[in-house]
Amino acid sequence: MYGSGILRGLGVTLKHFINTYLEDIRWGFRRHIPDEAFPLRQGLETRGIFTVEYPDEKLATPERFRFIPFLVVDNYDHPERPGHDWCTSCGICAKVCPPQCIWIVRGTNPETGRPVPEPAEFYIDIDICMNCGFCAEFCPFDAIKMDHDYELASYDRTTAHIFNKQRLSKEFRYWQSIAPTRAAEEAEARGGWEHKDVLKQREREARAKAPAGGSEN
Amino acid sequence: MMTEQVQVSTSTAPLDEAVRRLEAHFGNAIRRDDREGYTGVVVEPSHLVEVAKFVRDSLGFTYLASATAVDYLGKSESDHLEMVYHVCDLRGGPPLTLKAQTPRDQATLPSLVSVWPGADFQEREAWDLMGIRFEGHPNLKRILMWEGFHGHPLRKDWKEAYYEQEHKPFDSRWPEGHVRRAEELNPFGKNVRYPAGFSLDGYEEQAERAIYEGAPLGVQVSDLATEQVVVSLGPQHPSTHGVFRMVVTLDGETIVRLEPVMGYLHRNHEKIGERNTFLHNMPFTDRLDYFCSMSNNLGYAVAVEKLLALGKRWDPPTYRAEAIRVLMVELTRILNHLVAIGFLLNDLGAYFTPLMYSIIERELILDFFEAVSGSRMMCNYMRFGGVAYDLPERLQSTAALINDRVRDFDTMHYLRALIHDRLPRAVEQTNDLLTTNEIITNRCIGVGVLTREDAIAYSAAGPVLRASGVPYDVRRAEPYSIYPDLEFDVAVRYHGDVYDRYLIRLDEMVQSLRILKQILPILEETKGQPFFSGKPGQYNPRVPAGEAYGRVENPKGELGFYLVSDGGQNPWRYHVRSPSFINLTALSQMCKGHKVADVVAILGSIDIVLGEVDR
Amino acid sequence: MTQANENFLSELRHPDVPVPEGMQSSVAVTTFGRLIDSIYNWGRRNSIWPMAFGLACCAIEMIATASSRFDQARFGMEVLRASPRQADLMIVSGTVTKKMVVPIVRLYNQMAEPKYVLAMGACAIGGGPFKEGYNVVSGIDKYIPVDVYVPGCPPTPQALLYGLIMMQKKIDSQSLSNRDSTPWYGRGPSEEVPVPILGPDIIDPRQAHLFRRLAAEAQTGPGADGREDASAQARR
Repeated sequence: MYGSGILRGLGVTLKHFINTYLEDIRWGFRRHIPDEAFPLRQGLETRGIFTVEYPDEKLATPERFRFIPFLVVDNYDHPERPGHDWCTSCGICAKVCPPQCIWIVRGTNPETGRPVPEPAEFYIDIDICMNCGFCAEFCPFDAIKMDHDYELASYDRTTAHIFNKQRLSKEFRYWQSIAPTRAAEEAEARGGWEHKDVLKQREREARAKAPAGGSEN
Repeated sequence: MMTEQVQVSTSTAPLDEAVRRLEAHFGNAIRRDDREGYTGVVVEPSHLVEVAKFVRDSLGFTYLASATAVDYLGKSESDHLEMVYHVCDLRGGPPLTLKAQTPRDQATLPSLVSVWPGADFQEREAWDLMGIRFEGHPNLKRILMWEGFHGHPLRKDWKEAYYEQEHKPFDSRWPEGHVRRAEELNPFGKNVRYPAGFSLDGYEEQAERAIYEGAPLGVQVSDLATEQVVVSLGPQHPSTHGVFRMVVTLDGETIVRLEPVMGYLHRNHEKIGERNTFLHNMPFTDRLDYFCSMSNNLGYAVAVEKLLALGKRWDPPTYRAEAIRVLMVELTRILNHLVAIGFLLNDLGAYFTPLMYSIIERELILDFFEAVSGSRMMCNYMRFGGVAYDLPERLQSTAALINDRVRDFDTMHYLRALIHDRLPRAVEQTNDLLTTNEIITNRCIGVGVLTREDAIAYSAAGPVLRASGVPYDVRRAEPYSIYPDLEFDVAVRYHGDVYDRYLIRLDEMVQSLRILKQILPILEETKGQPFFSGKPGQYNPRVPAGEAYGRVENPKGELGFYLVSDGGQNPWRYHVRSPSFINLTALSQMCKGHKVADVVAILGSIDIVLGEVDR
Repeated sequence: MTQANENFLSELRHPDVPVPEGMQSSVAVTTFGRLIDSIYNWGRRNSIWPMAFGLACCAIEMIATASSRFDQARFGMEVLRASPRQADLMIVSGTVTKKMVVPIVRLYNQMAEPKYVLAMGACAIGGGPFKEGYNVVSGIDKYIPVDVYVPGCPPTPQALLYGLIMMQKKIDSQSLSNRDSTPWYGRGPSEEVPVPILGPDIIDPRQAHLFRRLAAEAQTGPGADGREDASAQARR
């Protein structure tokens, strides 16, 4: 019959319309308010309405999510080196960066003029960054990571869009909070929660102490 | 459903046989390419057309897959430009490579448009970007840049306005990386060659005028008192799929002539790609066909792995890596086809509804991509020798901002539910919604017909080729990854109209689901096995000198990467054979004689993405 | 509802007149100008019609924002207009090439005041990863004024929504009594942005005098063909 195809199609749209209400009744209207209902609406079982009401409820990002990079620094209440950069200014991130948006000035000791393993300046031009995550992937010191904060819109780009070291630095604790599993995996690979160099230093000290103590036990 | 089991042989024996027959027939006019890492034959320019005809008619290589130019400045005694043609046998097997060389100044080659009309746009691109003049080309104009632009940008001695250094990484970034913006160095783009005596006073733009050249401008009244009108559709037009433009000559409402105008999104992918290192290009491929970043990644990885395989120390990707790759690529295919159908319906006047339903399913697939690779669209997930990360145990989100709502799913459970339940239902729903709809059948059946012969001649690829009755699929013709182990059919339809191009996408989704169902147990079996065969943390693989043409069956057609390496960190030549671009060659052929309202439907059925058309 | 109510009242409130605690959700002391402004802006910010205008990858995220999951209809922005004459907001979503900037400027000129521009994604803001390319404009703000920048490559739909909320805030801050923030009333038609010219490279007519000087230098100076090495310029 001519027109049956159209009716069949309209049936599909009608089903979507009705489903919204049926699902609400089925879940006792839970789908819209409590936290535990959120995965129901935003998962594979979703029927009918599918909307995230953005400023009031936000779709959290997964652990591997990548946006603009940030620099990991030691927690500000760290007993030995509060706020110390994890970055050693080795420059690998600047080399693997495909659009070349990372600028690093290597730190030098003001007295000797020799390079020291921390950056004097560190810039990322977020107007160029393509969020590819290579810097975080290839950093041997776990010092640069991809941030989850995407709410960066601004009224002016000339001053706000070249992130300097201060703007980029975030506590290690923050990385632990946004990516607990990965932070734990990386810590396991390093052999502890501290920076690689700190761990090495401690090991060296322990080794130096061990013969003095006289026992390998 | 019409599908065919295609049996092919993939050995290179037919290639050797073809080269032998060519040598026997043409003698000195051709020679084998004996450079290290190169294959194929080099043809004397004077014999190029004859050789092409012979290859097409007598050797059975009927399909021109790719044609591109390479600049060998400083790489040989005679700095020359080289045109490289990859020609395929539609019965399967690797492509035959033909090459023709011409000096850099006064670069001229005979045009092959008379043999393969599909060479049309590709030769225009070579003229535009490399400056090779093709004798006998019917319409040799710039295609990506505008008429009047200075120079031919892909030549090795051509430098862009923000030119900093020949190759990345740039020295200015480290260790003395004092930040600045590129425009501060060169604020007015002074790196430009203006013709002598050029002045802005009274300057008339060539760019627009050249587009309308050949089209009868304005209204012309012929003897039969019919009126021809030239209409420009685009680049800002609700149904041109991005910034694509068509200049249409109309007789009443009937199309007499249609000329695609592109380049509005030409973002210099290849020039940037040649400055980049091999790894740097991976995230750039995401931005080619931005619906299918996973497939683009795979295409590039396949091409570079072909090059790497020329060297000594090279481990091919592990089985788990290949399984994950296929999983991602087939999910991408479903995602792309759903959205393509949505956009086609948008063009047909259904407005947003079918697209909205498609996007719901797309979002659910993107959730998975985001959790695995870190980004919804720009996945940047494949590496040379595997993938970047393994599948996570759980698809888990963490709260970072105020009001963040957290979700947590088991990965394998999510995949099973997606593949066995959600997506089949989505395909079924699309079918219910659209296939029998009388408005759609009326507007689609018999519109924009591309015959089998034309499809082959115009180098159409992917669904467009298969809807015209050619069961050609790179996954079967030149298998890569683990496709030989998987059971699936090559979908094929025979009418070559808009409706068949719609149906074939449904068929392909069904086949993709079939593949995905076979992939799931493989993923369970190989759990815990390595997902990467290379050395972790190695960002600069040693790529041996040579050439490679790696191709994969993208949702939009054959995506090929032609790479030339000189043994350094960067590709010497990085060319993308993009299916959307080459499929457009046949657009004017398909549109001729139809009404202007059908143009948008035909364009929608080709399914182009401008990022890939213009690169 | 009370939340929205309170927000509305707090915008309305005159900063110099204190309102006692407990009455803040129901009472606002204001001036006539402020009252008119808030009604005027309330209407405008809740019916921004964006132009259906996609350039590149970001356009797909813009479509995702318009579709059911993120649903910008909740902000009164569901009417995507294909014609610039009917649009209030131009979302420049994607890489702006030199070839495309000509139509973009033309479209911008055709939009009716008050008009707003949102630059979405790294490319539209400053050229993005393709900035070094020979056909890429390093930021649409080189040609037309931009109100809100949304960084990211591409920004997720939620990032775009955040940018759109910033846009609403910007509209809220405009006042009829302050003519500088609402220049579209009075003083004749607003000035058009000159359309760039596609010559040997893109030429901004606003830089014509500079161009003439350069051309004169090129003809007399040592680099007679006008072509210079970028590094040579860097040293200057």
